[in-house]
Amino acid sequence: MYLRRAWAVFWKDSLVERRSKEMANGLFFFAFLLLFLFHFALGPDRARIEMAFPGLLWLGFLLTGLLGLGRTFLGERENDCLEGLVLAPGDKSAIYLGKVAGGVVLMLLLQVFLLLLFTVFYNLEMRKVLPGLAFVGALGAIGFAAVGSLFAAITAQVRARELLFPLLLLPVVIPLLLGAVAATGELVQSHSLSAARHWLALLAGADLIYLTTGLLTFEFILEA
Amino acid sequence: MVNGHWAIEAQGLWKEYGSTRVLQDVSLTVAPGEGLVLLGPNGAGKTTLLKILATLIRPTAGLVRIAGYELRRDADAIRRHVGLLAHGSYLYEDLTAVENLQFFATLHGLAVRKGDLLRALGDVDLGGDADQRVREFSLGMKRRLAFARLGLQRPRVLLLDEPFAGLDQQGIKRVEDSLTAFKEEGAAVLMVTHNLGHGLAMADRVAILAAGRVAVERNRHGLDPEALSALYTTHTGDR
Repeated sequence: MYLRRAWAVFWKDSLVERRSKEMANGLFFFAFLLLFLFHFALGPDRARIEMAFPGLLWLGFLLTGLLGLGRTFLGERENDCLEGLVLAPGDKSAIYLGKVAGGVVLMLLLQVFLLLLFTVFYNLEMRKVLPGLAFVGALGAIGFAAVGSLFAAITAQVRARELLFPLLLLPVVIPLLLGAVAATGELVQSHSLSAARHWLALLAGADLIYLTTGLLTFEFILEA
Repeated sequence: MVNGHWAIEAQGLWKEYGSTRVLQDVSLTVAPGEGLVLLGPNGAGKTTLLKILATLIRPTAGLVRIAGYELRRDADAIRRHVGLLAHGSYLYEDLTAVENLQFFATLHGLAVRKGDLLRALGDVDLGGDADQRVREFSLGMKRRLAFARLGLQRPRVLLLDEPFAGLDQQGIKRVEDSLTAFKEEGAAVLMVTHNLGHGLAMADRVAILAAGRVAVERNRHGLDPEALSALYTTHTGDR
């Protein structure tokens, strides 16, 4: 029953997004613009771009993710649907889990799109690191969606939410960003995940902490 | 009362927002199968009272029991027995009518099949609009769809905030018939409305809330719309 409720939230959000395309179009265009900005900032020097690649990639994920995850609960404001969620009996963390699942899928789609853009724009060779990068990307997406969905719920009813959401989120995701950038860097240099195992452990630990905190506190946040 | 419990019981309810008192020492009871209609001018505290009873707002002081469950201890149990029709429709505009009902049913742990969903839609004359997106619905259709959710849930306690708002005569008749059926099945109904005529038609008792207090409570018998209107004006100063 718990997983069915989580699945229902994920299904509902996916369906609404697929039909309205409110978020996806804007986010993919924003990711495209970011690549242009990076290109103007760094110039055409390939060696410089390769060196900055891990940082740029995760900065791209972070900025597009900030826009996407910040809207996680905005759809619930229309017609007071957030109140409807509060009225549902049972463990509210199922709702959180459904929202996180939606956030993970969104982040993964953005990662694929950004990687594709990086490959095309900068002619970077990705094939050898792709499986490792997918693993790092998945760990990053889970952590980012877990903490992002929680702060999106906290700020959903606040007037200055566009300002408050990044202010709350960015300091908290520093360990995640640090681990993801460092792991991607090691991976690009050595083409091996084992070289990045300490950073992967940091990522996995951060994911666990964010997810557990979210599951335990979401009910109080929703009912506050 | 059933098994020694009122369906709805509020004793000495207070609600304050800072220095503003919204509810002051409100006490009321509704028995299973009974309809209490709550009247009052804007700002009297009617919606706040409904939201407290529905577990959406915590009272500053006082006791609330719904279907025998105490609000502070058993809010989750109360939610299983309460159906709320509020100002907000709780509907997702980009989902179809049947998808909205499906989502509601899953979230509330209701064991329903597609046929049950279509039947609930048919009961509110939306059978032909099952696959239409709610964004394309009129206000009255949204209201009826929100009412269809209650039909799926079959709650023991119905809390209704202006249930006739936006409905045409046929819609009003449908809602009145549904409410009568709910009451016959033993559900308690607490309805907030500005429409004295429709409110009186559904009432077993009438209470008037003014400035956060229950100003008067009367049995429906012996009250006609004119007498109720006079009573309302006397206690609220509102015409």
